[in-house]
Amino acid sequence: MMRDLTSRTDPVPSLQRKFEGRALRSLVLTTLVWGGALLASVPLISVLYMLITRGGARLSLEVFTELPPTGFETGGGFGNAMAGTFVMVGIAAAIAVPVGIMAAIFLAELGPDSKLANATRFAAKILTGLPSILAGVFAYALVVITTGTYSAPAGGVALAVLMLPIVVLTAEESMKMVPKIMKDAAYGMGCTRTQVIWKIVLPTGMPAILTGVMLAIARAAGETAPLLFTALFSNYWLYHEGNLALMNPTASLSVLIYNFSGMPFDNQLELAWAASLVLVLIVLFVNIVSRIFGKPKF
Amino acid sequence: MNSPFVVPENPDSACQPPSAKDFLVDRTFRALARVGVVLVLGVVFALIYEVGRKAVPGMENHGLDVLLGSVWDVNQGKFGILPAIWGTLYSALIALMIAGFFGISMAIFLTQDFLPAQLAAVFRTIVELLAAIPSVVYGLWGIYVVIPAIRPLTAWLHSELGWIPFFGTSLSGPGLLPAALVLAIMILPTIAAVSQDALTGVPMRTKQAAYGMGTTHWEAILKVMVPSAATGIFGSLVLGLGRALGETMALAMLVGNANNISLSLFAPANTLAALLALNFPEAGPNEIEVLMYAALILMLITLVVNVIGSMFMFYAQRGNK
Repeated sequence: MMRDLTSRTDPVPSLQRKFEGRALRSLVLTTLVWGGALLASVPLISVLYMLITRGGARLSLEVFTELPPTGFETGGGFGNAMAGTFVMVGIAAAIAVPVGIMAAIFLAELGPDSKLANATRFAAKILTGLPSILAGVFAYALVVITTGTYSAPAGGVALAVLMLPIVVLTAEESMKMVPKIMKDAAYGMGCTRTQVIWKIVLPTGMPAILTGVMLAIARAAGETAPLLFTALFSNYWLYHEGNLALMNPTASLSVLIYNFSGMPFDNQLELAWAASLVLVLIVLFVNIVSRIFGKPKF
Repeated sequence: MNSPFVVPENPDSACQPPSAKDFLVDRTFRALARVGVVLVLGVVFALIYEVGRKAVPGMENHGLDVLLGSVWDVNQGKFGILPAIWGTLYSALIALMIAGFFGISMAIFLTQDFLPAQLAAVFRTIVELLAAIPSVVYGLWGIYVVIPAIRPLTAWLHSELGWIPFFGTSLSGPGLLPAALVLAIMILPTIAAVSQDALTGVPMRTKQAAYGMGTTHWEAILKVMVPSAATGIFGSLVLGLGRALGETMALAMLVGNANNISLSLFAPANTLAALLALNFPEAGPNEIEVLMYAALILMLITLVVNVIGSMFMFYAQRGNK
């Protein structure tokens, strides 16, 4: 018995859509997230606009070569603060990068599932959430009290504490991305683990490791709180009367911005904006370079 | 001889066991890697130990008076951090509410097919760049852009709705609201990024099943995707809270550094981190010991919040597998 397909009795569903409350709700919510996303972009645009108009106005060659002005002085710059930032970030990188990469090698290659590795991973995650000012407190207790003076190395140690977890965690991830077959091939040829790490894992993972290092450097360059009472500030050059005065209070761009932001003098305020522009340009430059480096190749 | 290697019989073979030098290098290198790991662990222990040790004199001399007192006067030797603890929690919670709303909306917006891929990448870059700007620059921007911008609105709120405790005072420059707004901008990237990961971690077939049952785009998002990613999203909020509690510079520049406990959003306040930043550089030995005590409290608060956040992330990742 065949069903007669042509004699369908139930009504054909109307293609005309009735108004539905849930469609309206979708529309409202979609508008809301669009609005939210656009609103969330306003601060970045506003910050960049202010930096370019107010900081750009003051930017000249002399701000990079002169010392910070005092009181009602006109002119001046933040040459010593830039030098101080570079020196302290350099010290921090010299401590954090080797230690961090060695630790990452252990975490990724030598004992990934050991108790020691799990504890270290946990410790590194705790360190990433550490308020940056506590790194300053730590360096103060460890270095400033011991040496009896505010200094560039004290600031460097504080920054190193902040860089270390970023280097460890990103370097571990990068090494884990190295394909296992490449390592197996090397082991199969009789390489020791050290040879595998040096000749296969590190070269292959290097772009991604460098990305992590760059991100850590960018973060350290912008930090202020850890430097406030470890490096303090200085109105003079690090290189003073023919010798390097590392064990003295040291200027940095970020502390200069902080100090000048509250001053009632227009000249200092203009310099604070110009220094902010320079600092943001440095940080963004490092960020962008790290992105170009870090494009995954496999 | 119990060499672990099979020595090839032909001495010209390309296969050779590692030489004594290879052995030595290998052992040294592995030992060094272990030293690296121990150093990372050591930093965390040293940090907790140093701050704790330096806080002991403060605890012995002042005890609970520091936690419960609300006056900070160096000359009288009175050090109370209760207003700072209150300000830390209050500003962080307000920032979390604002950033939570925008951050989770942003994460939904970027992961749930609202945008073509290129445009989504643009927004994602904007959020990442927000994270890259140093906090001291946000502080400067907050002083000269945010405070003047919100002042007319706060004046209106205070004069019209002043009977509500939140609007009980007028904004006379630095205060809790501008600080919390800037704080919200600073933790938005954390919340948005971690929530995005949580949402992209939900399997495709879950969403397809929801669509198959005839849900609208938004019903699928709110009733299926967000609940599935809830652990990770909640983790993102806790991690954001952890960042907000410890953020220093923007607050030191914007919060007003006034030791009062007030519900008003427009009143100046203080936070633990700002207290440390403002008082540490010029502190005498008496003050230092109390500041170390305050640092320890700050460390404990952020430690607890971050451990809870990490635990949520751990369970969220395990749930996805």
